[in-house]
Parts: sequence; structure tokens; C-alpha cells
Amino acid sequence: MAKLIIDTETCTGCEACVSSCPFGALSMKDKVAVVDEKCTFCGACVDVCPVSAITLEKDERAVTVDTSAYKNVWVYVEHERGKVANVSFELLGQGRILADAVGCQLCGMLLCDSGDTDGFAEEAIAYGAEKVYVMESPLLKQYRTDPFSGGAVALIRKHQPEIVLFGATTQGRDFAGCVATTLGAGLTADCTGLDIDPESKLLRQTRPAFGGNIMATILDYPQYKPQMSTVRPKVFPMPARSEGRKGEVIKESLPMTEEQVRTKIVDFIKGAEGVNLIDAEVIVSGGRGLGSGDNFKVLRELANVLKAALGASRAAVDAGWIPYEHQVGQTGRTVRPKIYFACGISGSIQHMAGMKTSDIIVAINKDPEAPIFKIATYGIVGDLFTVVPALIQEFKKRLGR
Amino acid sequence: MKIVVCIKQVPETTEVKINPQTNTLMREGVASITNPFDEFALEESLLTKEKHGGEIHVITMGPPQAIDILKNAAAVGADKVYLLSDRAFAGADTLATAYTLAKAIEKIGDVDLIICGKQAIDGDRAQVGPGIATRLGIPQLTYVAKVREIDPAKKKIVVERMLENGREVVECSLPAVITVVKDINQPRLPSLLGIKRAAKAQIPTWTAKDVGVDEDRAGLKGSPTWVSKIFSPETRGGGEILKGEITEVVPLLVDKLMDLKFIK
Repeated sequence: MAKLIIDTETCTGCEACVSSCPFGALSMKDKVAVVDEKCTFCGACVDVCPVSAITLEKDERAVTVDTSAYKNVWVYVEHERGKVANVSFELLGQGRILADAVGCQLCGMLLCDSGDTDGFAEEAIAYGAEKVYVMESPLLKQYRTDPFSGGAVALIRKHQPEIVLFGATTQGRDFAGCVATTLGAGLTADCTGLDIDPESKLLRQTRPAFGGNIMATILDYPQYKPQMSTVRPKVFPMPARSEGRKGEVIKESLPMTEEQVRTKIVDFIKGAEGVNLIDAEVIVSGGRGLGSGDNFKVLRELANVLKAALGASRAAVDAGWIPYEHQVGQTGRTVRPKIYFACGISGSIQHMAGMKTSDIIVAINKDPEAPIFKIATYGIVGDLFTVVPALIQEFKKRLGR
Repeated sequence: MKIVVCIKQVPETTEVKINPQTNTLMREGVASITNPFDEFALEESLLTKEKHGGEIHVITMGPPQAIDILKNAAAVGADKVYLLSDRAFAGADTLATAYTLAKAIEKIGDVDLIICGKQAIDGDRAQVGPGIATRLGIPQLTYVAKVREIDPAKKKIVVERMLENGREVVECSLPAVITVVKDINQPRLPSLLGIKRAAKAQIPTWTAKDVGVDEDRAGLKGSPTWVSKIFSPETRGGGEILKGEITEVVPLLVDKLMDLKFIK
């Protein structure tokens, strides 16, 4: 079993480790640091101790798997309703950087109906894939957990990639966990940074935790392959599309029957216009300052003019002013648009956890002390019912709408 | 219906702050709470029991003080609660956590429905629910915003899953794992009687041996991933407050935003 060892002779009682522990497992007793059972052996304290009094003793791991057979970077090519998701292209862009750093090929992993193969594979190749591994079956026309995880597991087992990247979408996060569990592989969710360790050539996966209050860089132990991550949409830029690029397409077919799929899609209820916060380039969000559900119409109008999605704080959702689908924040959706308008939102930590990585944040609030102004790119202190209509008029004028 | 609810104790993140001098996390005096998504999972089990009868078993894996959230679960009406606690479980990533929870669920036995929160707010990984389903070899329904129907006799469940652009209505057989989002219900508060009853509740602690966990597959030892570095995110400084009359600042702001060329 792993152990965190504190050398009580060397410890100076400076308490640097106490505040560094993300899990609150360290405290001071008789002027030396002590660790309790909340310790997860993350090693954060080891790095901060100025006198190197803390050591982490990890278990020896027997390397029994031949990992040299695992090669190439794979990107899962997600599709929905006949279209490849943008996040897959973003990942092909970053995948290219990773593949070059490792010195291997960049490949797409596609799970689809045979009628869709050519179109989707062509897209993946245009965005940088050298090869596309395809699992074909009529069962893969529309996403369901069983055939998609079964198909991915079969492809990965047969062709042994060393890295597999998925978009951190509802689809990617639904089945990547099943795939990793079946393979006994590591999976790091919701990454916002990926690079290759220059010495070990292992994948360094950086992700926010504790509502974005800390960042953690996570690696897989070398005997676990493939290294798998889900990656948030819009973190990496869209790569350039290169029309007419050539690539190899390797096809397999899925040995599964409809009877073996344990879930049946009965219906799909399309969301209201402007509810797709994940794909939106611009989001107009409202909070407690709106005062009522009716008052959201002013934000709806701004959103229409800007072709933006409509967001809301938890306060507005809990008050029943707007459906939960629109909630941005820790218990809602995490978004990353180019421009985020926060109107009448004071900026609780939970709300900011869901939107603070937006490129540009515009805050409109009556209260000059509202925390949202601390992270806003541009702030206007004023009544949103005056400012927002003025914005609507001005944007209409500029856009000729 | 025999229902298992998996819950996790997490720090109340409103109180987690970064010390501006040392740039480290200030955790002193930070309260621990039940993961908010797990409150919805627990409430859904209570609503299901009210409709279809049965029993609710709640499990958590964590250090001894995680017993607090089990007491809360007992206070709102969980029939049985168990703490999974062992040094061998410490440092588990999602793969090892799902394995350990699945072993505990197997020990409880004959379970019809397993309910988890969509994700925990400390790690935000959303992998343990699917991990449990895969380990147990049963179907999963993630991001559930509404349970439309459960037919215990036919062993069937119909739910609405909240996707990016709408809701998918899905049917599947029981037993199954569902992971729930916030919109699904309004968690109740415990009654005074419930709190009293919970104070007296027997809370067994299950160790690795009790649930038949292979120690090589649990905790740090059974985890393929490890944290190599923890650091503060780049702080996003406050930008520019546009001061002046609305008639002046609004065109100024629109100029700045139009220049970015994202608004078309």
C-alpha cells in the first residue's frame, strides 16, 4: 500500500504543506505536519515542502503487459444526425501535434453505418487523419452505448493505439467510461490541455478540478495502454481543412445484433431554439437581476440579434424563470464561447466555474462590487434594463438587422 | 424494487479559495457536503420507493468522516447505509472506484436499480456511473433528467436523457444504472424524526476483505492514472470597466465586440 511519510525531524512546522493539500488531509500537531486518512497520495505536498521532509512511497508495479505493440494517436470521430462534431476536428488538430511529438501516425476511429463511412472518413482525412479505422454496422447509425462501446473496444483491442481522444460531449462521456472500464485502461475526463512528456513520450493530461479552482496534470502509469482522454469542446482551435487529402480507410464490421442492444430510443424531443450552449460562439446569460421569467424576453431579443444561445444562472433556474437546460455553472453546463454576456449575474463561484474560460466576458450589473467584474473583460455598471435594450439597438444598427 | 444509491462526500467548493500570497488552495474550515448531484439521486430513490415500494441501500466510499453524509441519507429515508472504508481504497481513480463500488453492490445483491449523480463536483469526471454499469454487465442511462416510467414486474425503465440539443427518450431493461442531473426532482429536507432515527442508525463499515475486493485492483494500486502536478489556474484579471453615459459606453462596447469578428 502507498504511504505518505513525513520526517518529523526535518519538518520545520512551516505549514506550507497544509495549505497545498487539495483534500485537507494535512494538519499541524505538536508543531509538525501530520497526515490523516483523507490523503489520496496525489503528491501535491511533496513538491511544496521547502525542506523535503515529505516523501511519497508508491507500490512497485509489476510490468506484465507488452506495451510496445501500442502505436499511434486515435481521435474518435463523433457524428450526430449525419454530421461530424466540430470537437472531433479540434481533436484531430491537437492530435497532429501529439502524433508529431511521439513520432507516430494520427488516425480517426469511426463507428457508423456503412452508408456513412465514405463521407465521414473523408472529413476526418481532410482534417489531418492519415488512416481511419472504421467499425461498420446498421446498429451504429445512431448513437447508443452498447454498440458504440462494443465497436470501440473491438477496434482498440485489434489495432492497439497508444492514445485515444474523445470529445467530452454527452456522447463521448457516456461511452468512453465503458470502453476504459472494459479495457482496464486509464481515462482522464474533461481535459483542457494535452501534451507529450518529452522524455517518457507519455501523454500529459491537464484538467480543472474543484470547480476550476485548481488544475491537475494527470499521467497514466506506463503499463496501461491506451491512454485515453475526453476533451472539452472549443479548447483547441479548428485546424485547417485540406480538401482532397488522401488517407487509408480500414474497415471492420460489428458482430452484434439489434437484440443485443439493451437500450431502445423511443423518441427525441428537440430543445428550444438557442438552447445549445455547447456549440454556441456567443452566449447571452441572465441571473437574479432579471427579476422575473418575463424579463428574459429582453435577453432573448439580444440573443436573437446576435444569433447567440441563451444561458442562465442557477438563481434564475431555481426561481423557475427559465428551464434547467439553460443553466450555466457547476450544477448546469460548462461553456466556453467566444463571447459571454453576464446580465444581472453577480458571479458566484459555482457560476464562474461554468463560464470563466470564455474568451471574452461582458458583465452588466447594477452593483459595482459584484464579483463578476473581477473576471470580466468588459464591464458596464448599470441597470441591465437600460443597457441591454441600448445594446440591442446598437447591434441591430451595425448588423443591419 | 431494491435500489442502491452511490453518494460521495465532497468539499463545499464555495469555500475553497486560493491564497493570493502563496497561490495555494485554502482548505481550512471548509465544510464537507453530499455531492449535490447525489442529493438528486437519493431523492429519486425515495420517489421510486414511494411509488413502487422496496428498499433503498446507500453506499459511499471514503474516509471514516464520510459517515456524516450517510447519516443525512438515513435521515431522509434510506433503509440501509454502508461506509466503504479501507486504506486499500485510498488514492483510487475512477476505474478503481467503480470496481470497488461494483463489488459492494454485488454484496448487497439482487439490485434492480442503481442511481448515481451525473458527476461529483470535486472531480467532475462523470465516469464512475458508466464504470459501475460496465463492471456489473448491466445497461446504463446517463444524464437522466426525468424517469418517465418504471415497470418492476416487466423489469423495464423509460427515461429522458438531457443531451446538448434536446432530450432523448430511452427504454431499457432492469437492472440498470442511471446517472441523474439536477432537473429531475427537488430533494427533500430531513424531518426531525428522521434525524433522530438516523442518529441511532447502525452504519456498518465494509473493508476490502468484507466486499471481496482484490487489493491490486483497488485504491492507488488499481488506478491506471496518477496526478503528477497540481497547480493554480491562470488567474483571470478583471478587465476594463467602461465608465460614462450609456449612450457613450454602449457604442464603445459594441465597437470592441464587433472588432473580434465573432458576431456576424
